[in-house]
Amino acid sequence: MGKWRPESRGTDIGLIEGYAPPDGVADELLKPDGTLRPVWRPLLEHLSQLPPEALAQRFARGDQYLADAGVYYRQYSDSGSTERAWPLSHIPVMIGEDEWTHLAEGIAQRADLLERVIADLYGEGRLVQTGAIPAGLVAQNPEWLRPIAGVKPQSGHFLHFLAFEIGRSPDGSWFVLGDRTQAPSGSGFSLENRMATARVFPDFYARAHIERLAGFFQSFRSALYDQRHDADGRVAILTPGQNTDTYFEHAYIARYLGIMLLECEDLKVVDGKLMVRTINGLEPVSVLWRRLDSRFADPLELDEDSALGTPGMVSALRGQTVTMLNCLGSGVLEARAFMAFLPRICRELTGQELKLPNIATWWCGQASERQYVHQNLQRMMIGPALSTKLPFDIEAATVFGGKFRNAAHQPIGNWLEREGASLVGQEAVTLSTTPAMIDGALVPRPVIVRVFAARTPDGWTVMPGGYARIGRTEDPTALAMQDGGSVADVWVVSDTPVDRTSLAQTDKTPFVRRLPGRLPARAADNLFWLGRYVERADFALRLLRAYHLRRTEAGPVATPLLTKLESFILGHGHPLDSEIPDSLIDLFEQARNCATKVRDRFSTDGWTALDALAESARALAQDDGDVALDDDDGADEVDASRKLSQLLRQLAGFTGLVYDNMFRFAGWHFLTMGRALERAGLLTTMLAEFSNPDAPPGSYDLAIEVGDSVMTHRRRYSVDVTRNTVVDLLALDTDNPRSVMFQISQLNEQQAQIPRRAGAPAMTEAARRILKLETRLAVATPEAMSAEDFRAMREDMRGISDAISQIYFD
Amino acid sequence: MSVVYDIRLTIRYSYLSPAGANRTVLRMCPVSTAEQRLVSGMLSVDPEPDFRADGQDFFGNARTEVAYDGQLSEYAFRFAGRVERNFDPDAFDLSCSLADLARETSDFASIAPGSPHHFLGASPRIRHSPDIAAFARDHLAPGISAFEALTRISGALNSEIAFDPTATDVTTSPVEAFHARRGVCQDISHIMISALREVGIPAGYVSGFLRTEPPEGQERLEGADAMHAWVRAWCGSEMGWVEMDPTNDMRVGEDHVTVAIGRDYADVAPVKGSLRTAGAHVTSHSVDVVPV
Repeated sequence: MGKWRPESRGTDIGLIEGYAPPDGVADELLKPDGTLRPVWRPLLEHLSQLPPEALAQRFARGDQYLADAGVYYRQYSDSGSTERAWPLSHIPVMIGEDEWTHLAEGIAQRADLLERVIADLYGEGRLVQTGAIPAGLVAQNPEWLRPIAGVKPQSGHFLHFLAFEIGRSPDGSWFVLGDRTQAPSGSGFSLENRMATARVFPDFYARAHIERLAGFFQSFRSALYDQRHDADGRVAILTPGQNTDTYFEHAYIARYLGIMLLECEDLKVVDGKLMVRTINGLEPVSVLWRRLDSRFADPLELDEDSALGTPGMVSALRGQTVTMLNCLGSGVLEARAFMAFLPRICRELTGQELKLPNIATWWCGQASERQYVHQNLQRMMIGPALSTKLPFDIEAATVFGGKFRNAAHQPIGNWLEREGASLVGQEAVTLSTTPAMIDGALVPRPVIVRVFAARTPDGWTVMPGGYARIGRTEDPTALAMQDGGSVADVWVVSDTPVDRTSLAQTDKTPFVRRLPGRLPARAADNLFWLGRYVERADFALRLLRAYHLRRTEAGPVATPLLTKLESFILGHGHPLDSEIPDSLIDLFEQARNCATKVRDRFSTDGWTALDALAESARALAQDDGDVALDDDDGADEVDASRKLSQLLRQLAGFTGLVYDNMFRFAGWHFLTMGRALERAGLLTTMLAEFSNPDAPPGSYDLAIEVGDSVMTHRRRYSVDVTRNTVVDLLALDTDNPRSVMFQISQLNEQQAQIPRRAGAPAMTEAARRILKLETRLAVATPEAMSAEDFRAMREDMRGISDAISQIYFD
Repeated sequence: MSVVYDIRLTIRYSYLSPAGANRTVLRMCPVSTAEQRLVSGMLSVDPEPDFRADGQDFFGNARTEVAYDGQLSEYAFRFAGRVERNFDPDAFDLSCSLADLARETSDFASIAPGSPHHFLGASPRIRHSPDIAAFARDHLAPGISAFEALTRISGALNSEIAFDPTATDVTTSPVEAFHARRGVCQDISHIMISALREVGIPAGYVSGFLRTEPPEGQERLEGADAMHAWVRAWCGSEMGWVEMDPTNDMRVGEDHVTVAIGRDYADVAPVKGSLRTAGAHVTSHSVDVVPV
């Protein structure tokens, strides 16, 4: 506490007293002579001024931001996967501007070189003919895609967005450990790390000269739009979908950049052109930022077993009707064996040395290289030549320091001789260390940084920052999150004030998309069903609560009303043997599932509320233990209705959040239509059973209660509940949001606002059916409405739902 | 010597419930090569597709892509044409020794379609198999030539794998067929390709036809009722590519007509499609190869 000294000379900042980097590695914080690097001084002084409690509070603020934003990662185990809190290391990695400028030049040079290499691999093949790259490393590379050979990308380039894994060697220079050319992830997570870290050090971040990230994304976004060949063409991100680890990032960045988030099933190739299915029909896609591995993209020409792809995608690319970032097949460059040849290729093609060297690599398919690797086993990591993993990642057939990492025992010489063509040796480098705050003290941990580069009309631009991965221990092989590694922001520190461009306002406003775009059919479908599931859950909660309350009153006696209610609830798929039936939890899960699929269109708050709802339901369900409901004990019933009420309140919170905040565009119409249709449908099924003259005593009151209209009824009729007042209020009232009439009118209003497809008839099938039903309700009187009428209306609504699906979602 | 054939190939699909969003790639039309000439021929598609594009794939095979916008319950793809086959395989073994083949291969600095490098290692339908590798090695002898290795492995497969059209289907893996010791030309060819690659011989898949009725006095060959498949292997820079039909244990010659070549069946499937259908489908497939 207060162990800081105001103006320090050398390394007299208390926090780093015990900080001791291991021998033989570079350290980000300290120079080799043990003095503090100047770029870190302001942050260290700032840290030293904060008492531990204040620091803990600030760290918690960063973590809270990430939790609120819904950033998490998946921990995999034998029994499946679980979502874990995002492991942010709160101390950023500091890099000075001069060093960064040099690094960025090296990155841009490397990116240009990679473009020339890939254009040759899918073009003339001269690099192979001249022996600069062995033919086998291309022909047997699973990412060298034969259908792409000869393709000329529409944009003139194969590569548009790249990442590089870089580390710092003991002599202080940076080097590349891996080229990420397929569909690099992490730029969105870098943004989130930045948001969180800036919240940890708000005052400091505001005044320190730290390069902002938004300018990079702004250039990239305008480069994306520049690639369009016609003004109507859509710009979109292609994601493999919600089951991918990085789906969060895809949705986040789609929202951040204001572009569409699409899955392969949203796309269709028509007449050689790539189109997106929207609620208004097929619309052309001009630019696609691909975040799906190439081989899954087209089951017709690439991996035939892919369930994700769009048939004809390669055709569209070949026909130059779409620009893809990066072009299919770009993953070929990720094979680590290429690093053995890039330095020479750079010299031969450009007459220059690589400004940013890569990890020294020897392909064991060449006799002299193989011999060199064998003679220097102690400082080699040997692994599969075509692997795209980093040298530190443990793989089955990896030799490290002359020993097999797995149990295999065979002379390494023979192994190299026999399988040399499929192996590379890489220098067993060490990574630099950077400070991490562990138990209140700064400790050195190995670090690797992923940096990002985007092609713009003016050449490559490098994001001034990065995605740092930090080891759990001093062991550099434990960088992965799965192994307990953490991540950190990278701050590029300028000597002068920086440009404070920000794109982040869009992130604050629920459901707002800055650029008007057509709604993909799949998104509309999911929003429609989200509305339906949420409403279905609401109805189920009300029914169950009404049941448990009546159970309490009735005691062990089975009243006719209870018997009828039991069978009604069972008919809706909810068993009554537990307080919170699994079927109810399923409904929340289904709603959550729909919301996940449209996460880019969904406010973070709305998402969090829905997520919390599903969690609460599960927690409350477990709360009653294994004891089944005991019929003789009224306490259980009271407990049940209390829990159901709690969930109802939470659900109301969610719907309030969404319906109050959601921007009124096409997505809203579908969500609302789903909700209206579901509510109207459920009301009619209830009225068919509980508003009959021969229904058991108490039925009318029950209907009014489940219809959430007790207060309204009292105010409106000032009489006892009769069949006619029930039907009037819940079926025909034009002002009661809990009436069939109200919801069908709502449905009509919403569908009328959906933009019509070009060439579509003035009135769609859905519109015609809705209007018929609305008219029927408008002229009906309570006395004339029979159970049969309600059942017929329910059928009409099924027809409406089918018609909506057919028109907009197919 | 040359033979001219009139060829008809018809493949039909019918679906019990209509299939939608159909896009199909067809490789049914023979190409002209050093060994054969496509005199005339047409690939017709019924009903008329909403989209059709004819071109070549990476390996130079004739590739036709068709798409339908609506739903259909029946399709027929037909090739009818005339091919002049002019193929007299070398009687001499000009191949390098098996031991030298790896060097000859790595000296072949090319990723052009004819390069042997495409035909080593794994491909969509062929994975490394220790069992097939052991089988292949058992049939080698020290100092043999690449062509000798090819002949021995073909002979071994022909005697050990029974021709049995009921044992497998188009999705059966080479390893499954190998363990079952039975299969059709597709399986036997896949096993052979796998075995050859395991001992370092670049090997690929050929789809094609056999003449339907044998010349007088000769036996009818296995595989003449439908499309046939065999193997091509690279036997060094001098001898180049050699084609071998392991199902009938013979060098490929005038009785064979090539349709497409590739690494394995996935590269040459006559009909490769993606469609959305819930129901079952039935296929019929008929071939006539008649010397003129």
